[in-house]
Amino acid sequence: MAEMLSGADMLIRALQDEGVEYLFGYPGGASLHIYDAIFKQQKVEHVLVRHEQAATHMADGYARATGQPGVVLVTSGPGATNAITGIATAHMDSTPIVVISGQVPNPQIGTDAFQETDMVGISRPVVKHSFLIREASQIPEVVKRAFYIATTGRPGPVVIDVPKDSTDPNETFEYRYPRKVALRSYNPTLRGHSGQIRKAVRALLAAKRPVIYTGGGVVQGNASADLRELVDRLDYPVTNTLMGLGGFPGTDRRFLGMLGMHGTFEANMAMHHADVIFAVGARFDDRVTNNPDKFCPDATIVHLDVDPASISKIIRADIPIVGPAAAVLREMNQVLESSLDRNPDAIDRDAMADWWNRIRRWRSKHGLDHDQRHRGDSPLLPQQVVQAVYRATSGDAYVTSDVGQHQMFAAQYYKFDEPRRWINSGGLGTMGFGLPAAMGVQFAYPDATVVCITGEGSFMMNMQELSTCMQYALPVKIINLNNAALGMVKQWQDMQYGGRLSHSTYRDALPDFVDLAGSFGHAGFRASSVTELDEVMSEVFSPAYKDKLVFVDACIDPEEHVYPMAIKGGAMDDMVLERQPARA
Amino acid sequence: MSARRIIAVLLENEAGALSRIVGLFAQRNYNIETLTVAPTEDETLSRLTLTTFGDENTIEQITKQLNKLIEVFKVVDLTEGDHLEREIMMVKVRAEGARRPEVKRTADIFRGQIIDVTDNAYTVQLTGPSEKLDAFLRAVDESTVIEAVRSGVSGIGRGDKILSL
Repeated sequence: MAEMLSGADMLIRALQDEGVEYLFGYPGGASLHIYDAIFKQQKVEHVLVRHEQAATHMADGYARATGQPGVVLVTSGPGATNAITGIATAHMDSTPIVVISGQVPNPQIGTDAFQETDMVGISRPVVKHSFLIREASQIPEVVKRAFYIATTGRPGPVVIDVPKDSTDPNETFEYRYPRKVALRSYNPTLRGHSGQIRKAVRALLAAKRPVIYTGGGVVQGNASADLRELVDRLDYPVTNTLMGLGGFPGTDRRFLGMLGMHGTFEANMAMHHADVIFAVGARFDDRVTNNPDKFCPDATIVHLDVDPASISKIIRADIPIVGPAAAVLREMNQVLESSLDRNPDAIDRDAMADWWNRIRRWRSKHGLDHDQRHRGDSPLLPQQVVQAVYRATSGDAYVTSDVGQHQMFAAQYYKFDEPRRWINSGGLGTMGFGLPAAMGVQFAYPDATVVCITGEGSFMMNMQELSTCMQYALPVKIINLNNAALGMVKQWQDMQYGGRLSHSTYRDALPDFVDLAGSFGHAGFRASSVTELDEVMSEVFSPAYKDKLVFVDACIDPEEHVYPMAIKGGAMDDMVLERQPARA
Repeated sequence: MSARRIIAVLLENEAGALSRIVGLFAQRNYNIETLTVAPTEDETLSRLTLTTFGDENTIEQITKQLNKLIEVFKVVDLTEGDHLEREIMMVKVRAEGARRPEVKRTADIFRGQIIDVTDNAYTVQLTGPSEKLDAFLRAVDESTVIEAVRSGVSGIGRGDKILSL
């Protein structure tokens, strides 16, 4: 006979049966029965956060680093609304998280009860799917479906709203966790169309100026090995989106760097002049394409994506392929192998030699090496800090970031050779993401080096989590690129608003970050020059601080801008490469 | 080129499914001209017909985004092939003096039925493509229309084409 469990116990048991390790949450009235069920077991470890937004980012960071779904538990009303930013962040970057929210009892729904909010309604535009539990007996089936939907196809966040009466400890039900799940209206594509795949291979082989442009889909879709194999066969240049970094090794000679608004000169030039662009798991985001009407005028677009709605949304694809990146690339590799066996000269080697020569010229002319202006005791440049972190961690850390200049510097200067190492809010651009995301990664990999490269503005949006780090002894390394300003806002104001810094600075109102970290029992360092930076870095990443959270307040030159920068409304080859004389 | 489209959607007959569709249109800035929805002969399913305006790309995105919704089974742009379209309208028209037989005659021409009568008004029921209902309103002179209620468009493919699981 099946075990008899309450709704609350069934919910937690179902999470155990899904293999959930961590539940990031914050209790409240509507979720108290669930919390009691958590208390009675040991398999799922609950992590008490300090703000529900941080819980969602932790789950998100955990999911991005591991590929396994992250799980969140919040209460109704404000608990639920606080989680929304994190859910929207996961939605924009297609990460699998499951958010369980308490809800007022079913009979009270719609009566404006205490801490009631329509969670299914308020989250609807930012979830892949959501469920409202009407009867406790639905719980196992709904949990199974939620995890299935979150993790398959194009992944995304799923909300389960759980009214308190359905978790009543006094009502028990037969618990059986479904082994399989079948949803008649949801069947994600598992493989690509063979005809389209052959067409794509022909287009790639015929290319004279190809670029392979890959995004988060390669990382999320575990397709990095297949991509490397493809590039090894073709020897074509590769560029990654912000979300795609690490999908192809950052130190590979065929890597052009990141493309887009703050992408490298060579990546954007190669895109603009390409005759064939193979987009894999990338969605032609506006931060990549610049003006879609001027986008890559000569290119035949081959677009592979698991989400058909991403294809031909912004840029019309000439050869669309719907399917998971890994499965499709595997099939492409087979087709390519037999094509090249039959005809080893299928690739125009002369054209490719010319193309690589052009790329090398772009690369040598305007690489990212114009950042060594300051040395010794002159003000620190943010680029130098990122490069120091790269050296100190041997390029092998998990790096999370927030949003703004520091994010772009991290993306430009930290070379990621492996997928799932670079974790940032690319789509929604959520400040406050970095620290909690790093915490989620550290929970997943307790022994790994996890670095949060942030700015003081972003950091202060979720700095309450320093307390959570203290509670769980999380040895995250926080590198704060402190320019005493909202750097990217300031950069735009410098460039486009005549230097009128409207509400983007607060120099006299910042805490002493070293003392702040110390007050939570963490270690704090400050570095204001290259000399100090080198000393601090050798300490921070030494065995002495392996088990401690360290906060490095890197006081950087506040006047530094991120370059290259796309010129608004232009094509991909329209870039500003260095600071222009100020315009009135 | 922007054109009027009739899109038929088969979806789970579940609470919240309709709000996802309506929400999608608002969220992505697609317009909805008319929308009708009711359960099908299989009561676990609902069928929804909506009319919208858009160019090729927009309609392609609309169908793809609708298909992405977990509760949606099938989406068909009926205007891509031969189809039938019907809308029902009940309209209360002022009918006094010389206008009374005139309204009756106009209703007959449009194959409408008078389904309610008062001393000074007729309520006319009309069925047909939306254009026909528009034409009737113009024919009776819109200033004499007291109240009109329209169902929104329902559509079905011609011949053997069906929309089912």
